[in-house]
Amino acid sequence: MAVIVDLFFQLLQMTLVIAVAPLLTGLVRATKARLLRRRGPPLVQPYRDLVRLARKEAVVADTASWLFRFVPYLVFAATWVAAALVPTFATGLLFSWSADLIAIIALLGAARFFLALAGLDVGTSFGGLGSSREALFGALAEPAMIVIVFTLALVAGSTQLSTVAAYMASSYVGLRVSLGMALVALFIVAIAENGRIPVDNPATHLELTMVHEAMILEYSGRHLAVIELAAMLKLVLYISLIACVFAPWGLAIADASVMDRLLGTIAYLAKLALAGVALGAFETSIAKMRVFRVPDFVGAALMLAFLGALLLFVSRTLK
Amino acid sequence: MSSVTFFLSGDAALLALAVLGATVARKSYAPALVYFCALAISAAMLIGAVVQLLGGMTGEGIVLPLGLPWIGAHFRVDALSALFLVIVNLGGAAACLYGLGEGRSERSPERVLPFFAAFLAGMNLVLVADDAYSFLLSWEFMSIASWALVMAHHREDDNARAGYVYIVMASFGTLTLLLAFALLAGPAGGYAFDAMRAASATPGVAGLAFLLALIGAGSKAGIVPLHVWLPLAHPAAPSHVSALMSGVMTKVAVYGFVRIVFQLAGPEGWWWSVPVLIVGAGTALLGVLYALMQHDLKRLLAYHTVENIGIIYIGLGLALAFRAFGMPSAAALALTAGLLHAFNHSLFKSLLFFGAGAVLSATGERDMEHLGGLIHKMPRTAFAFLVGCVAISALPPFNGFVSEWLTFQAILLTPELPSWALKILAPAVGALLALSAALAAACFAKAFGITFLGRPRTNAAERARETDRFTLAAMMTLAALCLIVGIVPGLFIDALGPAASILVGGRMPAQAGNAWLSIAPVAQSRSSYNGLLVFLFIAAAASLAASFIHRFASDALRRAPPWDCGAPDASPATQYSAESFAQPIRRVFGAVAFVVRERIDMPWPGETRPARFDLGLSDRIWDALYEPLVGFIERASLRLDRLQFLTIRQYLSVVFGALVTLLVVLASWP
Repeated sequence: MAVIVDLFFQLLQMTLVIAVAPLLTGLVRATKARLLRRRGPPLVQPYRDLVRLARKEAVVADTASWLFRFVPYLVFAATWVAAALVPTFATGLLFSWSADLIAIIALLGAARFFLALAGLDVGTSFGGLGSSREALFGALAEPAMIVIVFTLALVAGSTQLSTVAAYMASSYVGLRVSLGMALVALFIVAIAENGRIPVDNPATHLELTMVHEAMILEYSGRHLAVIELAAMLKLVLYISLIACVFAPWGLAIADASVMDRLLGTIAYLAKLALAGVALGAFETSIAKMRVFRVPDFVGAALMLAFLGALLLFVSRTLK
Repeated sequence: MSSVTFFLSGDAALLALAVLGATVARKSYAPALVYFCALAISAAMLIGAVVQLLGGMTGEGIVLPLGLPWIGAHFRVDALSALFLVIVNLGGAAACLYGLGEGRSERSPERVLPFFAAFLAGMNLVLVADDAYSFLLSWEFMSIASWALVMAHHREDDNARAGYVYIVMASFGTLTLLLAFALLAGPAGGYAFDAMRAASATPGVAGLAFLLALIGAGSKAGIVPLHVWLPLAHPAAPSHVSALMSGVMTKVAVYGFVRIVFQLAGPEGWWWSVPVLIVGAGTALLGVLYALMQHDLKRLLAYHTVENIGIIYIGLGLALAFRAFGMPSAAALALTAGLLHAFNHSLFKSLLFFGAGAVLSATGERDMEHLGGLIHKMPRTAFAFLVGCVAISALPPFNGFVSEWLTFQAILLTPELPSWALKILAPAVGALLALSAALAAACFAKAFGITFLGRPRTNAAERARETDRFTLAAMMTLAALCLIVGIVPGLFIDALGPAASILVGGRMPAQAGNAWLSIAPVAQSRSSYNGLLVFLFIAAAASLAASFIHRFASDALRRAPPWDCGAPDASPATQYSAESFAQPIRRVFGAVAFVVRERIDMPWPGETRPARFDLGLSDRIWDALYEPLVGFIERASLRLDRLQFLTIRQYLSVVFGALVTLLVVLASWP
């Protein structure tokens, strides 16, 4: 019986992240539109877009290989599995031990790797441009993430995200400089990984400024819908990650009652909404930077994360 | 028959095969005969080694009346040898399969066949040698056989230079190993490894021997700054030999390092780990940066070997640190990470070199800028190569990720160490490791994307055809192994337990009993990873999404010309090239590793000459270290040249002077 309940909550988490992902993107877009004094599309517009795309026939370039049709599902699957392993409303779900935070980062790395290959597959210059820039950004953001994991793991004594979140929700953790540095670094990485302003503009189709859009330029129909959904999921994943580590309030700790878990879900949705509005406001208030300024920006995250981790490594003796 | 005799007779059979290969080399049946026999021998030895490794034997030895007369030739197989025998013979068997396929189209088989078998025998002998004399003899035998293979196509551009640089570096490495053994053997001449294990040198002597072993074995493994020969020599050999050199011979070098440093070189100092960690992290980062800048496919793979050797050395350095401070279980974790990465690297690097070889024989091209679109012409090769790329980029659920994950877990234990230097060094090493792993993914997106995806850039790429079934069998076997190690890593970690326990006196907790075959290096609550579940989840999620959309939305598909923002260009030259793919990374990291010279020649408006872009890259280490050295040696030899033209009187006085000096030195020796 307990297993069935556990399985239920694990499945609930998996469907929850998919279900709210388009809504969150809609919320960010609506916020940006309101701040620009436009009315903007309704909140559910991303759902409509996805359904419409999925129903259209897919147009695939003559020069595309089997990999091109395979990649969208693979990217989606890797992102979904990663997103399902990040605690949203509760920690210690049934499969939470099957991959730790390092593995979650590597899963996102796999998604990026295949998307970069898809950009090169058709053999157009735009695709190559997107892949090449994504490779650069990823090469800087991923180590920054790993070093952030060092900090979290040393504070909580575990790389299991579930354990880290439970530790952060407990009262043992005080205010630490390292955690502050990790938080700033994590913000920067989240912005870069999701292709938000100032790193990339998800709404642009101005060819010289785009990265993610350039890679998926040849996709259409259901393939595009799946890739878009994966990108939305990735945004949910990063917000859930920041929320469960740095704002674990309301998180249902392992073996909590069903009521606690429901409360956790409500708290989670509230956190998502808050983060969506904040992201929209942030994006409206800042200009996109040139491509070759981005390495400095993400490199700053790497340095900050490294300083934070170094402080922890060294301060272990002082206890 | 004892296990040592079994492996020694295998080596003898390989040596006999080398002689046979030399006699029949020009016959048309020779390649099939030699490769088939070598395959049979390697497979038998592989099975023997696996049985040894899993059977947990005691490490019996044998002494043959060969070698130095007062010592004899000692041979022994323990868990560490058995592990590396698995690596060597697995790689060897796969290379033989490739030889049965692509290797048969070799133009000059008499230059390859005898040395191929001899090379295999040499590597196997190094692993079973149990005294310094047989070790060094086998080591040199391995070096010279591989040198002959590098020189197999000696008339091609640069191959002669590659062979020259290789033989110089190999001799230098053996010289330092010789000195290391001499220091460890002491004045009594205890050259047998047993005697060295029993003797305990003073810390100073042990430290010096450690440094010499680091240099000697490292020059064979390709650590920076001793890596310069590797990217020249490995690609110059025929592709299955490149696979053996990169995937397997570098592991024999790692074996030599581990054997000497962990077991023979007496009382260790805690500082030993510091140079190993610095060298490992530097090697990993510089190796991948060099690899990113290459557009020769085989040279890119060779530079990547340098990177992976760095990762292995990081694991070994951490193990040394933990062992020095008496933390055997942490040391076992770090050592297991390093050894598992050595095994993993031998799998995917051989696979990738076979793929590069198949591409080379299908198109005649190693230059990625002349390839492209091969996934349409060689779909199976492309698939296997893709698996190798994903595995080497350390992406789950493949094997490369597991060993890097274990290395990260070992790094997270370093705050427990009581040394300040290591506390500061460890997170830096971890950050560099993460950086090089991420750059490796970028590098292999480039390697696969430019070679196999896109549109063909030349006619040669357009006319390529799929390789033969032996080569495919070799690649598919290795690809399957990459996945298996990735999804059930616990079994392989357990198999490394005996090797770890004889070296660091501890072992990782047994993994086989964990639920769902997951691995938990320290404790389940601290960190765990389950490759099997991750693999199943990804497969299930992808097929669920695909079938759902095909069932309920649309499965219509239309082929059309590429869109490319509405302005497609028919010329394949407009695609991104290897050079342009790496340009952003070169711009960000280039100044660290290279001397980059970019020259843009833009004609004024109205001029009709074309614009030109020239890019020059040179290796800082070559410029800063080797150029001055070569210059010094040249100047010194010019000076010493005068010695050739003395009169007999002057020669006699030189001899007399030397004699007197030596006698004075001897007389004043304490």
